[in-house]
Amino acid sequence: MVNCPAVPVNSPPAIKAEVKQLSFYYGAAQALRGINLVIAGNQATALIGPSGCGKTTCLRCFNRMHDLYPGNRYDGQIVLYPERVNILDPSIDPLAVRMRIGMVFQKPNPFPKSLYENVAYGLRIRGVNQRSRLDDKVEQALREAALWNEVKDRLHEPAFHLSGGQQQRLCIARALATDPEFLLFDEPCSALDPTATARIEELLADLKQRITILIVTHNMQQAARVSDYTAFMYQGQLIEAGKTETIFTNPANKLTEDYVTGRFG
Amino acid sequence: MPSSTSLKQPLSGASQKRLDLLVSLAGLLAMLVSMVVLLLLLAGLVVDGGPYLSWKFFTSYPSRFPEAAGILPAWVGTLLVMTVTAVAAIPLGIAAAVHLEEYAPKNWLTDLIEINMANLAGVPSIVYGLLALSLFVYQLRLGQSILTAGLTLALLILPIVVMTTREALRAVPQSIREAAFALGATKWQTIRHHALPAATGGILTGLILALSRAIGESAPLMTIGALSFIAFLPHEPWRPDFPFVSFEWLLDPFTVMPIQMFNWVSRPQEAFHMKAAGAGLVLMAMTLAMNGLAIYLRARHRKRIQW
Repeated sequence: MVNCPAVPVNSPPAIKAEVKQLSFYYGAAQALRGINLVIAGNQATALIGPSGCGKTTCLRCFNRMHDLYPGNRYDGQIVLYPERVNILDPSIDPLAVRMRIGMVFQKPNPFPKSLYENVAYGLRIRGVNQRSRLDDKVEQALREAALWNEVKDRLHEPAFHLSGGQQQRLCIARALATDPEFLLFDEPCSALDPTATARIEELLADLKQRITILIVTHNMQQAARVSDYTAFMYQGQLIEAGKTETIFTNPANKLTEDYVTGRFG
Repeated sequence: MPSSTSLKQPLSGASQKRLDLLVSLAGLLAMLVSMVVLLLLLAGLVVDGGPYLSWKFFTSYPSRFPEAAGILPAWVGTLLVMTVTAVAAIPLGIAAAVHLEEYAPKNWLTDLIEINMANLAGVPSIVYGLLALSLFVYQLRLGQSILTAGLTLALLILPIVVMTTREALRAVPQSIREAAFALGATKWQTIRHHALPAATGGILTGLILALSRAIGESAPLMTIGALSFIAFLPHEPWRPDFPFVSFEWLLDPFTVMPIQMFNWVSRPQEAFHMKAAGAGLVLMAMTLAMNGLAIYLRARHRKRIQW
């Protein structure tokens, strides 16, 4: 298999994370096989591939979500920059990882609480209780998620009063409130209509100015629209990674070409 | 224009339709039979016991004379025993359920505990009475007291509390927990801030249904030696001097509503049977009130929580 890094080491843009020989096992079943990938800082990287290829599994390694369930095992490393620590190391507390790397899920999953409490939750568990500070951060996060103008008069209404697209932007605001340096998106638009999808994509373009984005998507047009780099996965392996336009217009691998041209998947 | 032939049912269709009607009639009949039996029972209680429901009935002690007999010690006893039961069973049951559902590893041991829990919920209540007699009365020397009775009923409903709480926790979507974990919440924060609040409706319903089972129990309490004729009240739970609360009542003898009813029913005089019907009405009202509260809390919670 060809494992070309998305970005050549030591060249701008800076590296945010480096996946080294990452394998992952659900019990006895191996889901990832020796992934090598470089994630560029303040850029959007898309993980594409057919269903069951391991892209979501790979994404969930970045914030150690697999630690929540018994029987899962990581092998290999994900080195987070600038400290160059291996976040998969058992000595690293998954909570510490999740404090820096946020996640937005496939289905909008707001807490059954008010809009305000949804956004404030990450701050509250980090010990922020001062009302004025919470107010500021909640407003800032909602503005960043392009939701403030729609909800500023009903911050204390239940989150499920929002539409699906608004709920997903609320989940993004919730993740942004704690100033993550890295955000993981797991097919964030798969439950949304085209208008809501377009708004989220605009948002991603804004966010990547200052946050590193890793996004799993089924939708190849979306990958082409939002990402700077694309990695194609197939059957638990990374087949090819590189600049998005290269992957879509001039892929090196036949499998990649077949997939991006819609011949399978 | 619809043609008449296309609307005509084939022959087998007609007989299928008749069967359909028959089955639905049979179902209706079965439902009516159970409803009518229940209504007759209730009507009987109201006719027999209704006229005796008076202020005096609630404020009088039992007596040899049916016209003077009341249920004061019985309802006070029921209230106090249920208080002990709730205080003992609720925190213990919820904590056990949280551990089993959220913390315990899923292995053969927890499977075994789960199966046993289901079995324990089905153990006849008198067996709990025997256990309590040897454990609380003879071993721990708590006496034939309100405390013993409350703890006995707590043991009886503990499996129900644990099972319904686990069920309610299991119904909380995993996506909510993952959202909390992804923000950096600890396991306890996730349980405390999200799983337990979201499960509150189900937990409350389970608790109240468990307590309404306990309120009607008489066999285990007779086994541990509840009095069936009692002409005094337990000690008051408060006192004028520091620390203002008193727990002397915990070790007092007691009776409860079902035992009072049993005592009256087993007497020869017809008038006492009427009194038993009156006490039965009060007990049913207590149970219905608790179930009503459960339904109300569940409905209110459903409105608040939505995924």
